[in-house]
This record gives sequence, C-alpha cells and structure tokens, in this order.
Amino acid sequence: MSKHSIENIIALSSDLRWKIGDDFHDELAEGIYADASEIAGAAVSTDTQKKRFRLDAKIDKIVTSRTWGFPIMFLILGVILWLTIIGANYPSSMLAQLLLDTIHPILKGFATNIGMPWWLDGFLIDGVYLAVAWVIAVMLPPMAIFFPMFTLLEDFGYLPRVAFNLDYLFKKSGAHGKQALTMSMGFGCNAAGVVATRIIDSPRERLIAIITNNFSLCNGRWPTQILIATIFIGAVVPASFSSIASLSAVIGIAILGIFFMFFTSWALTKTVLKGEVSTFNLELPPYRPPRFWKTIYTSLIDRTLIVLWRAILFAAPAGAVIWLISNIYIGNESIATWTIHSLDGFGFLLGMNGVILLAYIVAIPANEIVIPTILMLTVMTTGIPGGEGAGVMFELDSVTATGDILRAGGWTLLTAVNLMLFSLLHNPCSTTIYTIYKETKSVKWTTVASILPVIMGFVITFLVAQIWRLVF
Amino acid sequence: MDNKVSSACETCSHYNAKGLKKLGLNTDNIDFVVALAGNPNTGKSTVFNALTGLRQHTGNWPGKTVIRAEGAFEYNDQKFKLVDLPGTYSLLSTSQDEEVARNFILFGKPDVTVIVVDASRLERNLNLVLQILEITDKAVLCLNLMDEAKRNNVSIDERTLARDLGIPVVPTSARFNEGIPDLIQTINEVATGKIICKPHRIKNVPKNIENAIKTLTNEIEEQYPSIPNSRWIAFRLLEGDTHIIDALKTGELVQS
Repeated sequence: MSKHSIENIIALSSDLRWKIGDDFHDELAEGIYADASEIAGAAVSTDTQKKRFRLDAKIDKIVTSRTWGFPIMFLILGVILWLTIIGANYPSSMLAQLLLDTIHPILKGFATNIGMPWWLDGFLIDGVYLAVAWVIAVMLPPMAIFFPMFTLLEDFGYLPRVAFNLDYLFKKSGAHGKQALTMSMGFGCNAAGVVATRIIDSPRERLIAIITNNFSLCNGRWPTQILIATIFIGAVVPASFSSIASLSAVIGIAILGIFFMFFTSWALTKTVLKGEVSTFNLELPPYRPPRFWKTIYTSLIDRTLIVLWRAILFAAPAGAVIWLISNIYIGNESIATWTIHSLDGFGFLLGMNGVILLAYIVAIPANEIVIPTILMLTVMTTGIPGGEGAGVMFELDSVTATGDILRAGGWTLLTAVNLMLFSLLHNPCSTTIYTIYKETKSVKWTTVASILPVIMGFVITFLVAQIWRLVF
Repeated sequence: MDNKVSSACETCSHYNAKGLKKLGLNTDNIDFVVALAGNPNTGKSTVFNALTGLRQHTGNWPGKTVIRAEGAFEYNDQKFKLVDLPGTYSLLSTSQDEEVARNFILFGKPDVTVIVVDASRLERNLNLVLQILEITDKAVLCLNLMDEAKRNNVSIDERTLARDLGIPVVPTSARFNEGIPDLIQTINEVATGKIICKPHRIKNVPKNIENAIKTLTNEIEEQYPSIPNSRWIAFRLLEGDTHIIDALKTGELVQS
C-alpha cells in the first residue's frame, strides 16, 4: 500500500475535523447515549416496585456509613482472623504429627536401610523434605480457612465498599482510592496485589500502590505473626484472656501496616512522586449471595493450592541451603554460626538477634519459612536439647515447647514484638520483587520498593528497642 | 421402543452435550477466535469459565480481570479459542486495561465478539455495545445476570432487542450455567455464517458530522477495499486518535 494514500486519508481527516469543530467527541457520545436510551426503552420494562434495590441501598447505608463503616470493617477482619487462628490449630498439629513425627522417621529409617551416605540423607531428608513438610503443616490449614472466607466476602461484593470507606484517607494521602482494592488483595498475596494495580490508570498513583503493597501483611506472614503473638503476647496476660490478647496483637500489626501504607503513600506524594489525585468512578456492584460450595472449591483449588505450591517450590531449596550452611565448616565454626555471631551485634541494636536476621536472609524466597529457620538456628547455637541436630528444620508439636526453645535462646517480650514488627516491615519476597519488576519495568522503582520497607523496619525496631530498654 | 432417554433435555434440538468439549488451556489448531467483551462486573469471567471449564478467578468487583485470559472449547468438531477481555465502559478512552480490550477487538480480529451485559442495567451497558457494533459485524449479545434482573423485576423483550441491535441476543445466568448451551450454539452459528448480523449503526449524530464520517469512510474504503471497520476508523481519525493514525501508517489495521 502506498504511503501517499495514507497521507491522503490523514490530511482529509484533519481537514474534516477542522470543519466540524471541537464538539465531535461530545456529539458522538451524546449520539450513542441517545441510541442506547431508545433501544433500551423499547426492550426493557421494569416493575415499579424495586424491592431488591432498596435492600442493597439499606445495607450500603450501614456498611459505608461514617459511624459504622470502620467498626464493621475491623469486626469482619477480626472474625476472619479469629476463625483462622482457632480453626487452623487442630489440623496444623495433625499434619505436623503425620509429616514430621511419622513420615520423617520412616524416611530416615529407609535411608539408613539402603545405606545412603549421611550427607545425602541429611541434605535430602533433613533439609529439603523437612522444609517442605513444615511449610505444608503450617501454611495449608490457615490458608484453607482464610482464602475461602476472603473469597466469599469478595464474591458477596464487600471489597468495593471497603474502597469506598477508605477513599477519603487515600485522597488525603495523595493516592488513588482504588488502592484500597489492591491493598486488600495484598492481604492474600503481595504479588497478586501488585498485579491488581493495573486497575489504576495514573502511572504515578499506580507506582505508589505498587511500592506500598508490601505493607499489607501477606499470607506468608500471618502464621509468623500468629505464632509469635500466641507464645509471647498471650503469655503476659491471664490465661483466660490470652487468645484475645494475641488476636488483638495480630490485628494491631495489620492495622499498623495499613498506617504505614498511608504514611508511605503520603511521604512519596510529598517528595518523589508529586502530582494531582485523579478522580474516578467506583461502581458499587449489587450484593450477590455467593455460591457457597463453588466458591469454596475454586478458592481452594485456585488460590490455596497455587500459593502452597509456590511455597513448596521455594521451601525445598531453602531447606537445602539451611542444612548446607549449618554443616559446612570454616575452621571451627559452621557458616551459619559464623554469620549469626557477626550479625548478633547489629541484631541487638534492633532488639532482635543474629539468628532472626540470618533467618530473614535465608527466607528471602518465601516468608513462610522464617519461623522454622529461626527455631533450627536457635537450637544449634544455644546447644539446648530439642532439635534433631545441625541443619534439621523441625516443628515442635506444642506451642509451649517452641516458646521454651526461644526463651532458652535469650528471647524476651521485646524480641517477640520486634520480630512481629520486622516481619511486617521488611523486603517483599522474591516473587513479589520479580512481579514488581515485571509491572514497572524499572530497576530503580523495584529497588526502592524492595529496600524502603527494610530501612523502615530497621529504624522502627531500633527505636522500639532503645525506648524499651530505657523504660524497662 | 427401547430408546433410553435419561432426561427430557436430550430430545431437544438445543441439547448437544456430546458436541461440547471443554478444552481448558489447549488452544492449538483453532478454527475460530471468540472475544468476550463487556462492562466491568457483568460476569465475563464467569461466562468464560462456563465455556472453557477453566477456573479463571472471579470476584464481585469491577476490574477483576486486568489481563486477557485465553481458553478453548470444542463444539461440533470445531475448535474455538475464547479470549476474556478486561471490562471497559467505553472504547473511547485510553486507560491501560481498556486499551487491552480495544486493541484486541480491533487488531486481534476475533471471528465472533460476545458482548456480555448486565441485564438489569441494560441502558448503561448499551453504550459499549453500540461502540463495539461499530467495529465488528459478527457479534452476539449475552444478556447475563438474568437471575438478578428477575429479582429486580426487570423484564426484557429479547426479540425487540435483537431486532434493534441487529445481532442475536441470548439470555443467560452464567453463575448457574443457565443459557450457556444456547450461547454456544449461537456463537457457532455466527462464526460459521449461519446467522448473518446486521449490526446497528449509531444514528443520533448531527448531519454535518454524519456527512464528514461518510466522506472519510468512502475515502478509506477506496484506498483499502478489504478493510472491515472503516466507519469506526473514520470516527477515531476525526477524534484525532494518534494510535489509529500510527496503526494506519504501520499497516496494522489493514492486514487480513
């Protein structure tokens, strides 16, 4: 085809555009609306009693009201978390018993029988297998409860109402109101939350949503929060209040994360990402009663198993690494011991210890394995009984036993609080970092999104540690 | 007589369960490409899942689908690739998710475009329908969420609607799999040319604009006789859409 003819068309079009004036867009839009109204008018008939519409409006009046909007939001979050914490306990310990107490010894026995060399046996069964087994035992039950409940809420149509409630705060912080939706997705998985930011049109506001998504406690971090809160926070109050206390601590951390999200969004818009807040229309969809069993089924298959599979993929090599660094010696010390000792000073400043910091380095691929790594490294460096030897990741069947080991490792309430804070404020997992890079196509912003939370984590835990030590 | 009929449906002409095979992600050797377009939150992903047997995640909030998802089904030995597009309110704006839909309908040249609309909010949804009908000749209107429309006491005369729009109209409640066999049958008939659409063209525009559009459309058709959506290109050129100008220059619009 000739260049000439294309130029002709373009020239003709700009000529005509000039003739018909500026109103083209509006006139066309009006024309479309007029046609739509004619066609709909001919085909649609509505009974004047609009009962359902009124019910929807009534529910909305309550859940998006100034007085009740926020309390209802926190109540729903609280109930979901409470059901997750309570409900996950039992299947978790059953799975632990099966995978760790029953199958693990069988595998060990089998390895000895066929004369497997100690290092291969250790690497495969104590490293890779135990890491995978632990992740399944700890992650599967809470996910299988949390995700379906979250999906039911999503199918019912509650999420846009959350966005509606939070819109004012987002506008205040200079971010896009739809960030409330991507933030909610982040409570399941940050990588999914980052992908969901595509619904935000403005590149500036989308970048803010991407960078701050990590402040939504993701599924990999809920179990850590829950476990540590149960052991240490629950222990400071009388037994009858312990589950309420630990639940409030976990919700507190989640709300703190939302606070940091607003704060960081605000700080970014005041500094490097200045700009106008864009307006948008948010449709509040009708409430739809979810198809209960179908939703449960698909959320189990789609979300739970996919996330679990990813965790397993990352846990297996991490388990191998843990076993290796605890069993390769340089001089008299294993690599792990050496690293822990060199990180201990810095860890003390932050109110934590070298074990926690090393665990976070090992667990960059997947946050889910932080706790088992910490336990294993603690046992190894303190030499207390309970573990199964160098580099063996294990889970203790009772929460008390875990607490005993951690206390023997020098843990205090401060260590626990700061671990919970640091679990909220640290770099995103490797999948999320990769997703951020894919979405932004920018090394600079990927780096900012990865480093910024760690720096905030260091600052906050440092401050908390110093103040704590002054007061107590 | 020994004919085993396990349900009354099997004797119906629409019953063709044997003819339908959900192929999931297998999109090899495709005969037809079908696009799923529509406003946000009208149930496109639910229709997509019902047709392909996939479990693309669905959720009750506008903007759930941000990237296009693909799947396939086979009906009467013909393979259909189905593309689930992000929901849009209009093809006239340029946000990232809307552009995915716009570009696919225009450049992906689907054999059939299924426009999923919310039956209880028909008038608002028609805005997009009319724009899509300017681009493509082969379309099916999937009147989804009929269950909700019924609950809201909204009733729709499908025949009038089909006549006015010039395309087949299929009422469905995809969440409950209602109307899906009909939809498949209709998609098949439009794809194979058994049903010929005569889509509605936007009428209520002032004379001078209509004349300008006609002049430009004629010019475009003269230069590129094979172009399928000259009128819509004329719309966009009059609007000064640089994307379309670029696409004309690179020849993207005229490749068959």
